[in-house]
Amino acid sequence: MDVFDPELLRSTLRLSTPLILAALGGVLSERSGVINIALEGMMLAGAFFGMLGSYLTGNALIGLLVGMTAGMILGFLHAVLTQNLKVNHIVSGVALNILSFGGTTYLLRMIFQHAGGSPPITGLSTWHIGKVLGDQNILSLSVPILVVLIGLLLFRSPLGLRLRAAGENPSAVAAAGISFRVLRYLAVTCSGILSGLAGVYLSLGQLNMFTEGMSGGRGFIALAAVIFGKWTPWGAAGAALFFGFFDALQMRLQGQAILGHAIPSEFMLILPYALTIIVLAGLVGRAIPPEALGSDE
Amino acid sequence: MSLVYTLLSLVVAFALAAVIIAVSGENPWQSFQAMFMGAFGDLAAFGETIVKATPLAISGLAVALGLRTGLFNIGVEGQLLVGAIAAAWCGYAISTPAFLHIPLCLTAGFVAGGFWGLLPGLLKAKRGVHEVITTIMMNYVALHLTHYMVLNPMKDAHTMAPQTPAIHTTAQLPQIAGIGNIHAGVLVGVLLAVVFAVFISRTVVGYEMRIVGLSSNAARSAGINVSKMLLLAMLLSGGFAGIGGAVEVMGVHHKFYDQFSPGYGFDSIAVALLGGATAMGTGLSAILFGALRNGAVTMQLVTDTPKEIVTIIQAIVIVFAGAKFLRGRQSQKWDS
Repeated sequence: MDVFDPELLRSTLRLSTPLILAALGGVLSERSGVINIALEGMMLAGAFFGMLGSYLTGNALIGLLVGMTAGMILGFLHAVLTQNLKVNHIVSGVALNILSFGGTTYLLRMIFQHAGGSPPITGLSTWHIGKVLGDQNILSLSVPILVVLIGLLLFRSPLGLRLRAAGENPSAVAAAGISFRVLRYLAVTCSGILSGLAGVYLSLGQLNMFTEGMSGGRGFIALAAVIFGKWTPWGAAGAALFFGFFDALQMRLQGQAILGHAIPSEFMLILPYALTIIVLAGLVGRAIPPEALGSDE
Repeated sequence: MSLVYTLLSLVVAFALAAVIIAVSGENPWQSFQAMFMGAFGDLAAFGETIVKATPLAISGLAVALGLRTGLFNIGVEGQLLVGAIAAAWCGYAISTPAFLHIPLCLTAGFVAGGFWGLLPGLLKAKRGVHEVITTIMMNYVALHLTHYMVLNPMKDAHTMAPQTPAIHTTAQLPQIAGIGNIHAGVLVGVLLAVVFAVFISRTVVGYEMRIVGLSSNAARSAGINVSKMLLLAMLLSGGFAGIGGAVEVMGVHHKFYDQFSPGYGFDSIAVALLGGATAMGTGLSAILFGALRNGAVTMQLVTDTPKEIVTIIQAIVIVFAGAKFLRGRQSQKWDS
């Protein structure tokens, strides 16, 4: 079996899509000055409620909207907690992650009398895009568009300029007569929407069911991609693709020897985390976060 | 943190949980009653509550130590895992009498966990990298690394399960008092709490750490070596977490198996915040969360309320206690 073939590309895209979606959300939130470690919980909520919407209506698109809304509500909650109630961004993120994990498992047991997973549901419909790309759904197809749109929004529009200013120097934004809190509300709520969609992709685009804790740390890999990509949409998307590629590769290489040595798959799973630490350490380039990230003012 | 506020936040958390249970069509009163009986109903239940509270208390102290120095150590779970696996290795690979073996294994846990905490500490102190991001990443590195270890070099050859061989009896923490399964780990916990309290409020280094926690700028002006304090805090915090993992291996499982921790490291964040990052408070809230975790299992058997209601209570407690504890404290910036 050849290691590098179109199937590897397809599985890279499959594994990267949720990472890119959540990472874009992370870029928006952090650029506006709000640390968002709740991407994980928002993704999990999106996956669960996406499943629930599709389960109840039999329509995956309605599921998508429900999952997106769930992510949006958590994003809004993160904004309320951090911006109005002045809760530390990390505390709010930790609490939302725990709430999402507890809440989705609670509901899973309550509704289906069954821990572990939901029954199979109708997934998102796919279109066949040629031999190489294979079948893609609405979410994976919209990813490149979203990267460009969010890039333009952040770096080519007045709103984006203000949003970035809210993350660099909120007092200057306030002095210009603009509420940086409104900008942050907008950015964090959007990050909830995007992470929710990332979760929807997991439950409605890949497995066609929900399993307990199915985000499985992808929200944190997305966060790593935000940093690795130096807080830009294309950088984060590139990093997410890179991480997705290595994930695809480790699945492909499981049990295979390279040059006579079997590479343990765990080592490749560690890669995104290890690389992020290395980048943060300044050993490969320097990752400089927005100036006012995590600040109250 | 004032006692009134703490109790109030618990009341609010339980009230919200009651609403959730009621909306789910179950009886909140019956559910809480079953939970209480499961946690304190008889001596065995009480013993199990204490067994569950032990790792929570120790890793809660780890989080508390970070918080007092202004650091948010979310990496306790990973530090606990590497501490546990190091202790397990010492327990099965080395043969020595118990009076040496037990301290040796605990030390191994401390060293491994401390090392795991030291790396984010170094990046924080030398490069100004936010410890939250690095500790999250280190958690996953620990998770995959220990997974690899129990599947390959440290795997017990006699079983298919991903686990290490059993530790020698000389490395096992003995059961004490004959109450349920309470083991000597609880004494380790009490000892660490005393060490924590004395260190943080009665020593110069502890005092300097607290100043760094209140304001690193003020500390710097006062001539305190902030970098050193941050490093030391992460080392000790990781070390405490490592002992938490070691105690769980040596007192309960007598081996390291994959995913033995049901998230003690994450629960410990709520434990430390609710306890106001003091030794006494952390110990008490560890018993509370131990009781909740233990009682929830019974509750799920007796009523139809899922045990995850405890996780939801925990999230609410974190928001309330965290909001209060960190208010007025300058959170450490990315680039310091």
